Amino acid sequence: MTKDTEKDINLAEFKEEVLAAYPKKVAKKRAKGIVYNDPDEIPQIQANVRTIPGIITQRGCTYAGCKGVVLGPTRDIVNITHGPIGCGFYSWLTRRNQTRPDEQAPENFIPYAFSTDMQDSNIVFGGEEKLKQAIREAYELFHPKAIAIFSTCPVGLIGDDVHRVARHMTEELEGKVNIFGFSCEGYRGVSQSAGHHIANNGLYKNLIGNDDSVDGKYKFRINVLGEYNIGGDAFAIETLMDKCGIELVATMSGNSTKKQFETAHTADLSLVMCHRSINYVAEMLETSFGIPWMKANFIGAEATAKTLRKVGKYFGDQELIDRIEKVIAEEMISVKEAQEKALEKTNGKLAMLFVGGSRAHHYQELFNELGMKTISAGYEFGHRDDYEGRRVIPTIQIDADSRNIEQITVYEDSTRYKPRKTEEELKALESEGLEFNGYEGMMAEMKKGTLVIDDLSHYEMEKLIEMYHPDIFCAGIKEKFCVQKMGIPLKQLHNYDYGGPYAAFEGAINFYKDIEQIACCSIWKEMKAPWESEDIVEAEYAY
Amino acid sequence: MLLRHTTDKEIDRKALTINPAKTCQPIGAMYAALGIHGCLPHSHGSQGCCSYHRSTLTRHFKEPVVAATSSFSEGSSVFGGSANLVQAIETMFTVYKPEVIAVHTTCLSETIGDDLTQIISKANEDGLIPEGKFVIYCNTPSYVGTHITGYSNQVAAMVKFFSTSTPKKRNVVNLVAGWMEPSDMREIKRLAQVMEARTIMFPDMTGVLDTPLNGKYHMYPDGGTTIPELRATGDSKFTIGLGQYCTEDACIKLENKCKVKFEVTDIPIGLKATDRFLMSLSRHANLPIPDSITEERGRLIDLIADNAKYLYGKRVALWGDPDTLIPLTEFLVSLDMRPVYIVTGTPGKVFDERMAEILKDIPEAKFMSGERADMFRLHQWIKQEGVDLLIGNTYGKYIARDEDTPFIRFGFPIADRAGHNYFPKTGYVGASNLAIQILNAFMDHQDRTCPEEKVEFQM
Repeated sequence: MTKDTEKDINLAEFKEEVLAAYPKKVAKKRAKGIVYNDPDEIPQIQANVRTIPGIITQRGCTYAGCKGVVLGPTRDIVNITHGPIGCGFYSWLTRRNQTRPDEQAPENFIPYAFSTDMQDSNIVFGGEEKLKQAIREAYELFHPKAIAIFSTCPVGLIGDDVHRVARHMTEELEGKVNIFGFSCEGYRGVSQSAGHHIANNGLYKNLIGNDDSVDGKYKFRINVLGEYNIGGDAFAIETLMDKCGIELVATMSGNSTKKQFETAHTADLSLVMCHRSINYVAEMLETSFGIPWMKANFIGAEATAKTLRKVGKYFGDQELIDRIEKVIAEEMISVKEAQEKALEKTNGKLAMLFVGGSRAHHYQELFNELGMKTISAGYEFGHRDDYEGRRVIPTIQIDADSRNIEQITVYEDSTRYKPRKTEEELKALESEGLEFNGYEGMMAEMKKGTLVIDDLSHYEMEKLIEMYHPDIFCAGIKEKFCVQKMGIPLKQLHNYDYGGPYAAFEGAINFYKDIEQIACCSIWKEMKAPWESEDIVEAEYAY
Repeated sequence: MLLRHTTDKEIDRKALTINPAKTCQPIGAMYAALGIHGCLPHSHGSQGCCSYHRSTLTRHFKEPVVAATSSFSEGSSVFGGSANLVQAIETMFTVYKPEVIAVHTTCLSETIGDDLTQIISKANEDGLIPEGKFVIYCNTPSYVGTHITGYSNQVAAMVKFFSTSTPKKRNVVNLVAGWMEPSDMREIKRLAQVMEARTIMFPDMTGVLDTPLNGKYHMYPDGGTTIPELRATGDSKFTIGLGQYCTEDACIKLENKCKVKFEVTDIPIGLKATDRFLMSLSRHANLPIPDSITEERGRLIDLIADNAKYLYGKRVALWGDPDTLIPLTEFLVSLDMRPVYIVTGTPGKVFDERMAEILKDIPEAKFMSGERADMFRLHQWIKQEGVDLLIGNTYGKYIARDEDTPFIRFGFPIADRAGHNYFPKTGYVGASNLAIQILNAFMDHQDRTCPEEKVEFQM
C-alpha cells in the first residue's frame, strides 16, 4: 500500500472501486489484470489475453503490429496491403518512422500507400488475381528490390493465399524481386503483439541471412533490435554508436533497409530495445547463428550509459571501453545541465504510463531522472514476461489465441552457426553482471504498492485521473484529448507529440525540455474563467 | 524528394491503388454517429478498425473520439461475432451508459455475414438494452464505396431507427448535414438562425468535436442531435440535404417513411452554393433572406473584387470527397481560377456529370472518380504540367514540398494544422475564409520566392 505524503495518494482503493462498475463476469476478468506491485515478490498479472468486447481498449490489431510497426519503417521495400482500402490508408505515414535515404539505398517508399483496394467482386470471387496484377504494376512502376504483401481481415476468410501469390510472382518476375507475404489478418491475435510475432517470422524466413557480405568501418559489430526510429530515435543511436566506434549492422527496423535485415547475422551481438516486438528475431539469431542478445535501453541518460558499458564489457576491448567512457563523460555534461534546469520544475511530480510493450517500462527511467514518481503503469499489448520477467515464460499458459500464431522452429545454420562467445566466456561475463538472453521485466523496477494495469480500459483511465490527479499521463493519441479535457497534460509516447528524438543522451535532453515545458505550461491555470472562481464573492447592490 | 518515385509516366493501372483519395466505410459511420447526442459508436469487427478510426478522427479534430469494438478473435471470425456483440452491448450499457449505441459493421463481420438485426434483438430479449435506450445499426462493408458511403449509411440509419411521423406536423425544416467540419455546421445553423428559420440539423457535430477545455471531461458532450429531435424529423415540413453523396439516401428514406418532401443541394461552400442553399431554405421555411445576410454576401464580393488579379487563371489541383469538391470547384471557377486536376476515390456518376458541367469552359481540366482515382495519379498529372495551388487533405504536403507549390489544407484528414474545426468554410463567411487562405498562400509564395527588387510593400 502506497501512501504518498505529498499528495496523499491511496492507490489501494482503486481496484475495488473500479471493478464495482463492471458487470460481474467482466469484473472477474479485469481483476486479474490489475495488480499491486511488489518488486521482491513479483505478483502474477494477466496479460496478452482477449480484450472484453465493449470495454474500450487502447489496443489495435495484428495487421497494425506487422505492417505498421515492424515492417513499416524500412524504406526500400514496397509494402502492399491486400484488402479493402482502409487498412492501407490508416497505416500511411501515421507512425512517424523517419528515414534517411542514402547512396546505398536511395529508395524511399515510406511516403507511399499501396493497396489492392478490394471491392465486393474480389470478396466474392477471390482477390488473388488482383493482387498479382497489383504486384506487376508495382514492379513496372518502381522496380523495387522487394515487395511485401500484408493480409487484412477478409483475405484469410475468403481463402486468398498471399504466400502462393508471392511465390508465383517471384517466378513470373524471374526472381528479380524478393516477394513475400504475411498472414497478419487483424483478427489473428488479441492485439498488435501477434502481428509483431508474425512479422518476426517473416523477416527470418525471407530476409535474414540472405547476404553474407561484411562491410563497415568498425570491428565491433552489433544489431539494435526493436527500435523503430520514431522521432529520430534510431538516428540518435546511430550517431552515438559512431562516436563510440561501434558498427551498427542492422537496426530493426528504424531507418533500415532490406540489406540490413539480410546482413544482421553478421553482427556479433544483438541489443534488444523493445523486447515485446522483436525478442523472437533475437532468439532466432542466437539459435541459428550464435549471436547472443542482451536487453538494452537507450531511453534515459543513465540507461544509455549502462547499455554502452555493457557493450564495452561484452567485447572486452580496453580501447573500446575507454572510448565509451570518454563519450559518456562528454555527453553527461550537457545532460546534467539540462537535467538540473528541468528538475526545478519536475521534481516530485507524479506520472502514469500506459503505452506499448516496452515504453511504459523504459520511460520510467527518464521520469526518474526528472525526479518524478511513476505511481501506475501498464502495457497495451505486453505479455507476462514483459511485466514479470522472462523467467515466467515456461509457466505462461498457451491459449487458443496464441496457438493461432505460427511458431517457427529454427536450427543452427549448417555453415554459418558460430558462437560468438564460448560457454565459459559467457559465464565469466555473467559473473561480471551481464545478462544474456534475459529480461527482468517492468515490475522488478517499480516500487512496492504501485499499480500495474494491463490493457487499461477507458473507464479505468478516467478513474485513475479522477482519483489521483497525476501531473502527467502518458499514453497515445486516442487517450490524449480525453485526459486533457480533465485538465491533466498527456504526453504521447507512441509519437512523442511530434517531437523527439528521446533516445540516447541527445534524446534525454529533449525529453527533459519537453517535460519541463509541460510542467510549466501556463494555460492549464486558466481553465476557469475569472468569474467562475470561488474567490469572487457573490454580492448584491443594496439600494 | 519525398515522393521520389513518382514520375510523369502514367501506366494503365488495373489493380494497384497508390496514395488513395478515400478510405473505408466504417470511419464515416463512426464520424456520423458522433453527431447523435449521447451516442457511443460501436465497431463490429477486429479491434484494429476501431483503433484506426478513432486515431484518424482524433488526429483531425484534436478532440476526444470514443468508440467501442467487438474485439473479434479468430474464433469469432469462424463462428460469427454474435456473442461478441451481445457481450459488448452489456458492457457498454453497464460501464459507459450511452443513450444510443450506433453499431456499424466492418469488412470482417460483413464477410462472415453476421445478421445485426437478429443479434441486436437477441440482446434485447436478454434484457441487455435498458428501458429508453437504443441500439441502432448500419451495414458498412469496407469493400463497397468509401468513408462517404459509410457516413451516408449511418445518416440513413438515423432516419430508419428514429424518424417518426405523427399527425402533428411542425413548421420545421430538416437540415441533413453532409461530411463537413463542426465549424461548418455551426455556420449553417447561424445562417438559419439569422433567418429565424426553425430547423433540425442531423447529424450535428457542433458541441461534440469542438468542446471547451474547462477541466471536466464529458464522455457525451452537450452537442449532437437528440433522440427527440431525430424523432421529430418525421414531422418536419421539408428536408434539405446538404451534399448528394452523404445525404440523399437519408432524404429519400425520410420521404418514404414519413412523407417529408426534400431537396438535395450542395454543401454551401463558396458563393453560388451558399446562394442556392439560402434560397432553398428561404423558400421552404417561407422566410425572406434578411439584409444582414445580403451584406455578408456583399462583403465577400468586395473581398474578391479587391483581389481578383491574384486569382485569375491560376491552375489548381484538388482531391477529396465529392460533396465538398463539387461546390469548391464551382467556387474556384467563380473566382476565375482554373481547377485543372481533380480526383476523388469515391465512385459515382454525379461527380463526373457535375464536374463536366462546372468545368465546361476549362477544356484542359482532368477529373476522375472511383477506384485508382488516387493522389499518385494526381501527382503524375502535376508532373506532366504543374499547378499554382493544391487544395486537399494533409497528404498533399508531400506533393507541395516536392513541387514547391502553395498548398491549402481542406477536407479530411487534416493532421498537421489547427483551425479547421474553428473557422468555417461554409456560408459567405466561410467563403471569405477560403478566399483569404488562397490569397495568402499566393502572396506568401510570391514574397518568399520573387527577386529582392520585386518585393512589394503593398499587394
